Amino acid sequence: MKASPTDVLTGIYYIDGDVAAGYGALAAGCKLVAGYPITPSTEAFEAMCRRGPQVGTVFIQMEDEFGSISAVLGAVWSGVKSMTITSGPGYSLMMESIGFGAMLETPFVLLNIQRGGPSTGVPTKTGQADMMQSRWGSHGDYELIAISPDSPQEMFDYTIKAFNLAEKYRCPVMIMSDECVGHMTEKVVIPEADKIEIEPRRFYKGPPEEYLPFSPDPDLVPKIAKAGDGLGLYITGRVHDERGYPVKNEEFKAKYVRRLVDKIRLNKDKIIELKEESTDDADVVVVSYGISSRVAVKGVEIARQKGIKVGTLRLVTVWPFPDEKIIDLAKKVKAFVVPEINYGQIVFDVARCCHGQANVVLIPHGGAGVHNPLDISDAIESAAKEDKKIEGVVEFKTRLEKIVFERGLKIKE
Amino acid sequence: MKAKETKMKEIHSAPSKKGEIHPMENLLRMDRMPHIWCPSCGIGLAVTAFASALEKANMDPNMVSIVSGIGCTGRVAGYVKLDSFHTTHGRPIAFGTGIRVANPKIKVVVFSGDGDLIAIGGNHFIHAARRNIDMLVVCVNNFIYAMTGGQVAPTTPLAAYATTSPYGCVEPPFNIPYIADSSGAVYVARWTTLHVRRLINSLAEALQKKGFSVVEVISPCGMYYSRINKLGDGLDMMKFYHDNVEIRHGEDTKNLDIGFQTKIICGKFVDRERPSYMERYNQWLSGVKGGSRDEG
Amino acid sequence: MKADPKGVLTGSHTLTGNHACAEGAFAAGCRFLGLYPIVPSLEISERFLERAPEVGATFIQMEDEVSVLAAVLGASWTGKKSMTVTSGPGLSLMMEHLGLGIMLETPCVIVDIQRVGPALGMPGRPAQGDMMQARWGSHGDYEIIALSPSSPQEMFDYTIKAFNLSERYRIPVALMSDAYVAHLQEKVVIPPAEEIEIEPRRYYKGAKDKYLPFKRDKDFVPRMVNIGDGYKFHVTGLTHDDRGYPVMNEECQEYNVHPLVWKVRNYVDEIIEVQEAETEDAEVIIISYGATSRAALKAMEQARKSGVKVGSLRLVTVWPFPEKRVAELAKKVKAFVVPEMNFGQVVLEVERCSYGDTNTFFVSHGENGVENTDDLLSAIKQAVQADKVESGIIEFNKGV
Repeated sequence: MKASPTDVLTGIYYIDGDVAAGYGALAAGCKLVAGYPITPSTEAFEAMCRRGPQVGTVFIQMEDEFGSISAVLGAVWSGVKSMTITSGPGYSLMMESIGFGAMLETPFVLLNIQRGGPSTGVPTKTGQADMMQSRWGSHGDYELIAISPDSPQEMFDYTIKAFNLAEKYRCPVMIMSDECVGHMTEKVVIPEADKIEIEPRRFYKGPPEEYLPFSPDPDLVPKIAKAGDGLGLYITGRVHDERGYPVKNEEFKAKYVRRLVDKIRLNKDKIIELKEESTDDADVVVVSYGISSRVAVKGVEIARQKGIKVGTLRLVTVWPFPDEKIIDLAKKVKAFVVPEINYGQIVFDVARCCHGQANVVLIPHGGAGVHNPLDISDAIESAAKEDKKIEGVVEFKTRLEKIVFERGLKIKE
Repeated sequence: MKAKETKMKEIHSAPSKKGEIHPMENLLRMDRMPHIWCPSCGIGLAVTAFASALEKANMDPNMVSIVSGIGCTGRVAGYVKLDSFHTTHGRPIAFGTGIRVANPKIKVVVFSGDGDLIAIGGNHFIHAARRNIDMLVVCVNNFIYAMTGGQVAPTTPLAAYATTSPYGCVEPPFNIPYIADSSGAVYVARWTTLHVRRLINSLAEALQKKGFSVVEVISPCGMYYSRINKLGDGLDMMKFYHDNVEIRHGEDTKNLDIGFQTKIICGKFVDRERPSYMERYNQWLSGVKGGSRDEG
Repeated sequence: MKADPKGVLTGSHTLTGNHACAEGAFAAGCRFLGLYPIVPSLEISERFLERAPEVGATFIQMEDEVSVLAAVLGASWTGKKSMTVTSGPGLSLMMEHLGLGIMLETPCVIVDIQRVGPALGMPGRPAQGDMMQARWGSHGDYEIIALSPSSPQEMFDYTIKAFNLSERYRIPVALMSDAYVAHLQEKVVIPPAEEIEIEPRRYYKGAKDKYLPFKRDKDFVPRMVNIGDGYKFHVTGLTHDDRGYPVMNEECQEYNVHPLVWKVRNYVDEIIEVQEAETEDAEVIIISYGATSRAALKAMEQARKSGVKVGSLRLVTVWPFPEKRVAELAKKVKAFVVPEMNFGQVVLEVERCSYGDTNTFFVSHGENGVENTDDLLSAIKQAVQADKVESGIIEFNKGV
């Protein structure tokens, strides 16, 4: 179905990633945004507060992140598309409710503008260190979808996509952005409403007495309902059967919790989106996501000028992880080079899928800044020259590390 | 008037003489000056008042620990020369509870802002008051979330503007002394950053009080609250406090709501006795077996 | 240093896993417990509270799990060894403060008695679904140490180990147990206090005005002080320099955070503990941790009896993961069989560290009971019969 013209602020804008994501949410039909101020995501929330009333979207600033995510879950069950916006510390606070959302198969979108961590970290500067947390942060078994945009235009486009995926698979969808993309100002084209595809919510339309809230369709996703439909919904975070009622035995866990996980795992091909370039004859493939993939462009250019055959694989969806793609490429290339603004997160999944067929080099960065492209090109060069098979992830020693630890640069505030 | 102004100019523009030190230096982290607060901000006043109160109350600075949360006022811990903790958003009271209960000889001071203590920290505020944990909570209330850029707070008056209430705040605000009082705090007072001397006296009193004490300090925020609401700068806000504050000691905390640019009632509202958390805990322990924990 | 006799209930007891954990905490010198009631960890708190007066420990029940870990961190800074106990939903609420504990490098122990998840799940039923969460649950970069006991005796022993590791590396340590072991009642032998080794806190003893809270020793661990000892130190969750003062740039981020990671990564050989059995000639090795190890060891015995050469690699420390040992064993065996009470968590690490040298079979364990070995034995049979190395994890399917 097409987006509603009243939701879409069609036009050409020069805005930052945060605001673009906010506009994307409105265009996708998000009718409730609950948030809590946290640098560097606040601009997204503020943009939605400003524009919300104009398009009929309600905003509420809750007392904390728990309140925000709970309000979002409640809003979804009252029938609307809903989203919350946060960053590292707030994201950590939302973990219990994310699991709750996964268990109830509640479609919602969470925008995380990552910053330097851990703990309070560096609030105003970038990081990509919540990537593993987005997959494993809550307790118990569940799967969800995470997308990593790399520009304000993508913030707009992929927020819409996030809502669509959430509705299709009835699961939480994380938009794992970062401060750099969030605060980067670029041209964003918002098209006419009829050019924007929206996934409608799959409401149950049959007779009330036959409704089973968690009875799945063939694609493993059940039809959803909302409060006020007269269906007598019972929604609980306990392990439940198809009626939604809590169960007591292990076999139910195997059946019902298993489906939560299979729902995503078995539909991986339809969910995963990658951007591959020059990987067919590459010796080294740079695997990256988010802002690092933009920085990597320069690094790759420098390496190519030296005659090295470099390909790039950009993970647009980071979760579910594209196991098969890495397994395939590993058979053909010498090494994967993974620049991430953290000390190793997605690189471990790349290494896992290599099955010893290729080397894996991590170019770490603590955060509060982006990679030096020269580090990326140097890492590519040394990976291309390395003929030995090295087990484990090789950590590239960056210029920053050398400056800080070897030459002992004085930290100036 | 003119002579006085010239004299003030002389004092402020005179280069500091060698060996001259600021009277608060022993209680402030001078190696971190200048601080991050904006011109027009009242937090600095609250900090100096607190330092003066520590001296006035004859507190041993080694046995006082200060815990802050996140926000502009949350940065206070970083500038005060005590065992100081800059913790997570909303939880300095919880952190401080851990310190106090584990070592009752330490006087815990929680110094944080209205958003940190009453919004995300609201739950911990009422529970610590209910328990009557012996700690002083200094809540600097500037009616807004300043550090993150001027969002609405649970103390933002009705109709006031903030970046997340761009069409005026639709939520009635909390009355902090009322929450503190009804949750069981034994000392509740409110002052503004204009009333420095009274604030110092109040803080000194509260420091020596056993139990959960709350001192709310109304402060200007020139960068966000007063700018977004077109109320002028810090000095204009101070003038507003001068003209609109009424001091009413012992006033029923129910009547202490603050509206947008309305009268502000200040004073000491609650000063009572209740057994503190450790007093009850020790009573229980001595009735069981083993000894009690020494309360400092 | 030896344990304080006041906390050591020397003797031979019959205790549940939870009670044994409380006794282990006392023996380790833990004198502060922050708690919030959550099934199935309640009994640890109950035992702790009951014995607290005679041991001289303090406790507080906070209003939620968020504040509990905050209180535990605060208590730790007064010099008390501190602990909290929880389960899945509570652990999820503790993630922000786990990050604070990491950043402030505060020693403490978090006991997670895992139950079926996600969300509310099944409060009284065991699972192992929080293992990856223990490693990656908080935001930002860090390393964590996690131990997994498989019996009440180990609940006692590993709680002491957890405290020792947390003091040694100035890091929160997670004790990842589960509802089964927590409620199992078995013999627990508590030795005399002088036979229990306790790691003392690494204190700074120099001049008060020269104290730098985050100046690191050679092993990247800084020295701690207590509140009230006159050091007037400042610590913050913001990225900071040696003085503990916030510095908001990438140099300081590298300076502050990289050592948090090196603190553990460079010392994995000292931290990691595994228990191997019959691995020298094994064709198939079962890699297990926690409650599933009980079934694993039984299955190993049963398989050996029927002529299949099975060995066992038991992870005492699950994090940091024993990459080297798994890689070594991968070259020698036909397959790893990894039973877990979840839908695949630590098995992903096994896959990663096999480097394609062997098959990795995953068994989602526990449906027929924690100590039931039927699925495991069938999986071992399948593993032995496989004639080539498959790409990726092979999930053992009961129906096949």
